[in-house]
Amino acid sequence: MHHQKKEDGVQVVKMKDEILLEMEDLWSGYQRKDVLKGVSLKIKKGEFLGLIGPNGSGKTTLLRSMSKILTPRRGKVLYRGKDIAKISAKKLAQRIAVVPQLSVFTFSFTVEDFVLLGRIPYLPRFYLERKEDYLAAEEAMRLTKTLSFRERRINELSEGEKQRVVIARSLAQNPELLLLDEPAAHLDIRYQLEVFNLLRQLNQEKGITIVLVSHDLNLASQYASRLVLVNGGKIFSEGRPSEVITEENIQKVYKVRVRITQDEEGNPVVNIDHRAICLG
Amino acid sequence: MSRKLRRWISWLVALTALLMGISLLSLSIGAVQIPFRKTMFLLLQKIFLWRIFPLESSPASVILFRIRVPRLILGIVVGASLSSAGVIFQGMFRNPLVEPYTLGVSGGAAVAVCLAIMGGLSHLIPLAGFVGAIAAVILVYFIASSGGRLAIPTLLLTGVIVSFFSSSLIMLLMSLSKTEELHGIMFWIMGNLQETDLTLTLVVSIALLAGIFLALLFVRDLNALSLGEEEAVHLGIEVEKVKKILFLLASFLTGLSVSVSGIIGFVGLMIPHFVRGLISPDHRILLPASALFGATFLVGADLVARTVASPQELPVGVITGIAGGIIFVCIIRRRKMEFKW
Repeated sequence: MHHQKKEDGVQVVKMKDEILLEMEDLWSGYQRKDVLKGVSLKIKKGEFLGLIGPNGSGKTTLLRSMSKILTPRRGKVLYRGKDIAKISAKKLAQRIAVVPQLSVFTFSFTVEDFVLLGRIPYLPRFYLERKEDYLAAEEAMRLTKTLSFRERRINELSEGEKQRVVIARSLAQNPELLLLDEPAAHLDIRYQLEVFNLLRQLNQEKGITIVLVSHDLNLASQYASRLVLVNGGKIFSEGRPSEVITEENIQKVYKVRVRITQDEEGNPVVNIDHRAICLG
Repeated sequence: MSRKLRRWISWLVALTALLMGISLLSLSIGAVQIPFRKTMFLLLQKIFLWRIFPLESSPASVILFRIRVPRLILGIVVGASLSSAGVIFQGMFRNPLVEPYTLGVSGGAAVAVCLAIMGGLSHLIPLAGFVGAIAAVILVYFIASSGGRLAIPTLLLTGVIVSFFSSSLIMLLMSLSKTEELHGIMFWIMGNLQETDLTLTLVVSIALLAGIFLALLFVRDLNALSLGEEEAVHLGIEVEKVKKILFLLASFLTGLSVSVSGIIGFVGLMIPHFVRGLISPDHRILLPASALFGATFLVGADLVARTVASPQELPVGVITGIAGGIIFVCIIRRRKMEFKW
């Protein structure tokens, strides 16, 4: 499952054709307005899926439908063939974890206590964490390199550290599927890379399936094994990054004319500079 | 046993000891001083030996068991209930300024009590208070909920508006009332623990304790909710259901407390902040520790209210406000818990 082998798409798909999440003709949105207008998508185990698309296209709505925050108006979301509406919130939280774009830290938990909150789906009503919960939290902190400041209070940390702690909390849930909504949006480039490298490591070493909403087309195409381009509540294009990120697609969806080059690994690179042209 | 558990248990033991200490003190001090040893003796006799040695009906024993013990019990359960309600509301609203009275419970109770006093039904004050509180809760709930969902910001805003509305109603009623009625209304609004009906005290105490124990079942859910509603869903909490239960539970604790003791301010706002900074924001310890601490604080404040201007008795709500305010400012000035909430 090495990334250099991405060219060999057929083989990769064969290795992971166990379907984790499936949406068929999904319509969903807020109040009376549908944002998603018939989305069908299959997410396979072990994938690193990037959801891209312009603002308001429905990426986040799609993500929120996958995590049961939104109830679809039509269609279903199936987790391993079972309608998630029929899976209890607790059971689902033991399988799917979510990293929000921005977390608000109202209460100043220590880092360790905050990560331990990720064990809530495993705890009986009034129980304290057991040994296994501490072990899971410690492993999550080790992976995210947050162990060294486990005793510090979370609102004293830098933004990059905070986001790693939030990811640690979601890992403490021991998920099979990790959903992330622009986890690096407000981080500087170093922290962005750290977050993406961490996600790649989790994907490759722990086999965690990752679905990531991102506005950064270049990071998304370098890290994701498959991209889904959403536009107007529908899937506009999906496939390997080089198939999705084309000058034609970007022009149609984002209304911007850009030059696209390739890096050494054959991944598309969108050149967003002054030569790009915004169209009407 | 983990270090965290050991620390939590130490805190609970220490707070319980503190509560017992201040309770004994408040039983022996008052307009009539009962020597400390006599207080202890009478208590032990009452608890362990009453079958063998019937209690003497000395003035001391009458004062102790007819006046001070019921008042102490009321102070403990009301202090604990208001603090617990504060913890629940602040946790589910994720807002440091929310207190048990924010959602209009006290306003509703006060309007009903005003009407009862002006209607010559002063003996029905607790009932009126409770009915008014519940009416306010139901009103807020139905205005704020839509399609079976309870939106937290709407709930908060509705509560604040109902509070303002009832304050204006109270002003109106007060401006229409006679002098002696006005005195009764003022006295009730300032809060006191002088409930004389022993049966009522007992029933209310049991109901409030039951409410607190019920709330303890939801500490894990409160931890998840304090991260945000969507985060709580992601952690496997049935958020809509839990929100409704917690809202009703905290309103019940507040409404019943208000109905017997009037509006005792500041306890429900300050104690949770204090305990959060002192011990932990984890609701598993925050809730029980706040209940114990709130009980201690209110019993102490009532002791001051009874004795500081003796034989004149001050409303305890005034003491909690003044003492609580001063203590809180001191803590913030020492920067020990700056924004640690």
